[in-house]
Amino acid sequence: MSIFGLLRIAIKAFSRHRLRALLTMLGIMIGVGAFITMVAIGRGASESVQQRIQAMGANVLIAYSGFSSMGGARGGMGSSGGLNDDDVAAVRRECDAVKYAAGTMDTSAQVVWAGANWATRVMGTTADYLNIRAWQLQRGAMFGQADIDGASKVCVLGQIVVDNLFGADDPVGQTIRVRTINCTVIGVLARRGQSGMGQDYDDTILMPLSTVRRKLSSSGANSSTRVDRIYMSAVSGNDTVRAQTQVLELLRQRKRTKEGDPDDPTVRDMSEYAEMAQETSRTMTLLLAGIAAVSLIVGGIGIMNIMLVSVTERTREIGIRMAVGAKGRFILIQFLLEAIVLTMLGGIIGMALGTGAAKLFAQQMGWPTALGMESYAIGFSFSTVIGIVFGFYPAWRASRLDPIDALRYE
Amino acid sequence: MSIAARSKPVEVPTAKKPLIVVKNLTKNYVMGDDLTVHALRGVSLTIDAGDFVAVMGPSGSGKSTFMHLVGCLDRPTVGEYHIDGIDVSSLDRDERAEIRNDKIGFVFQGFNLLSRTSALENVELPLAYAGLKAKDRRKRALDSLAAVGLADRAGHFPNQLSGGQQQRVAIARALVTGAPLLLADEPTGNLDSRTSDEVMGLLVKMNEDRGITIVLVTHEQDISEFARRVILFRDGVIADDRVNEHRRRPQEK
Repeated sequence: MSIFGLLRIAIKAFSRHRLRALLTMLGIMIGVGAFITMVAIGRGASESVQQRIQAMGANVLIAYSGFSSMGGARGGMGSSGGLNDDDVAAVRRECDAVKYAAGTMDTSAQVVWAGANWATRVMGTTADYLNIRAWQLQRGAMFGQADIDGASKVCVLGQIVVDNLFGADDPVGQTIRVRTINCTVIGVLARRGQSGMGQDYDDTILMPLSTVRRKLSSSGANSSTRVDRIYMSAVSGNDTVRAQTQVLELLRQRKRTKEGDPDDPTVRDMSEYAEMAQETSRTMTLLLAGIAAVSLIVGGIGIMNIMLVSVTERTREIGIRMAVGAKGRFILIQFLLEAIVLTMLGGIIGMALGTGAAKLFAQQMGWPTALGMESYAIGFSFSTVIGIVFGFYPAWRASRLDPIDALRYE
Repeated sequence: MSIAARSKPVEVPTAKKPLIVVKNLTKNYVMGDDLTVHALRGVSLTIDAGDFVAVMGPSGSGKSTFMHLVGCLDRPTVGEYHIDGIDVSSLDRDERAEIRNDKIGFVFQGFNLLSRTSALENVELPLAYAGLKAKDRRKRALDSLAAVGLADRAGHFPNQLSGGQQQRVAIARALVTGAPLLLADEPTGNLDSRTSDEVMGLLVKMNEDRGITIVLVTHEQDISEFARRVILFRDGVIADDRVNEHRRRPQEK
């Protein structure tokens, strides 16, 4: 008997018991459906983290000194004395894998405009900062070299600051008070959203580095050339590692770091954050896929149970088939196919359900989801394998029945 | 000779040649530690091709066991069994399945048709296991149904057919492969006497027209009277083996 003949028998067999077939498939349907949905959500989360990191600038490098960024706790380590303007200039001059470099100083300040006030992060930097972060201006302009040389009292606002101080009013040209100094708003940054680490890029004010240094820095005069961090961008995404090596080497040289001592300042690139985020979402995906696998196995046990019932019910049929010349393997394949077709069908329905659920999550709850071809392939082959594994024992039992006993079975 | 190669099953034997040769056939069933049932105690006989044999005996006489062994549904504990020149006593399960498919047609008391399966598909079943193509299966199954007078019922399911019709479908299924042996186990046990006569008439016709060897197990005297030879089992041995002098003829309609 051909495989198609056996397939036809198998399909006919369970099309007689539609409700039972449906209930039997339920476990597989839920398992595959859960698998598709969960992988879609996991991948969606991971992709959105990736996108955010891309937005942050995949080729961005940050150099910082343990001394300056960690404060008192690691003060002893900061033997290098931190980073300064000369370091920024040296990086620009000597590292050919680095396209832009901008020193930054961070502080926080209360900002006030016409009775509204807001506490935010103030970053002193240079014009290249926007190029490094690939950040656009929504309106107005960025401060230039002249503003930095002259320590102009100008600022560029992030969207959150605009929302909280100005509401719907146009901030460009207005004067706000930043801590104790009055600053003219010359530009507004485009909306950027949250970073991968949960902080909001838009809750910030950019000011010339020199202005922050002289007017807002707590450390006073001795910080005349100091920077907290150097932001840099590699010439391309592929040059990130080369740029990192160059900058590290240069800084070790400049700070006279001894052979064997740890890097201080250190240079990190965004791919490290990316990997961290990736790792987290991979763990999530594995966990969710594990849950799906458990429900698939439970579904498989359901299949086995029903197939055993089916074999018992059809003992007489098996006897008849054997009497007219069905070899054991024909009976085995017939019942195995029945289990496989059941699980495959359950798998297909499960995939449809899972896709629907993923779309629903995306639509109703705004979760990012990503449906991948390979999760369909995995879901489908997994359900088929479940059919083979759990269908085998009942089919084997059927094939080993004694024809005489089977024919006598009532 | 394979089923596919056997174009027409009509091959009336000219000289008597043995189809079934049984020597010292013994079957013991071990029921427990110290209980062994001796169902058959060394039976030897020969059945010629084209013969019509009734096997009789009370229950427990060994006639059913004999039937299962002759039908290659079981293997003997001791003894030899040749069918159509092939020694089948040592064959394994799959080889016996092949012999059943190729050499033997079964007709049972309970008809044993597949339910919710059309008469045609029931008749096709042995051909499907023999590996025939769908087109050839269909043609031969239709021919076989026509031979038992049910050509117009091909699409009916067993539950849409009377008992007699169901048994005729079973006979069509037994004949369809062109097997030389038809084993009938109480074929009229579930039928009324008029239908029984019809079914027996059909068996006699197949025996005479096609030369098919028929071995019929029955406990009914009047059914055994259709046979040419009657073998009586008792306590696992042959108690009587005689030629039926007053053979009953099916009534002509």
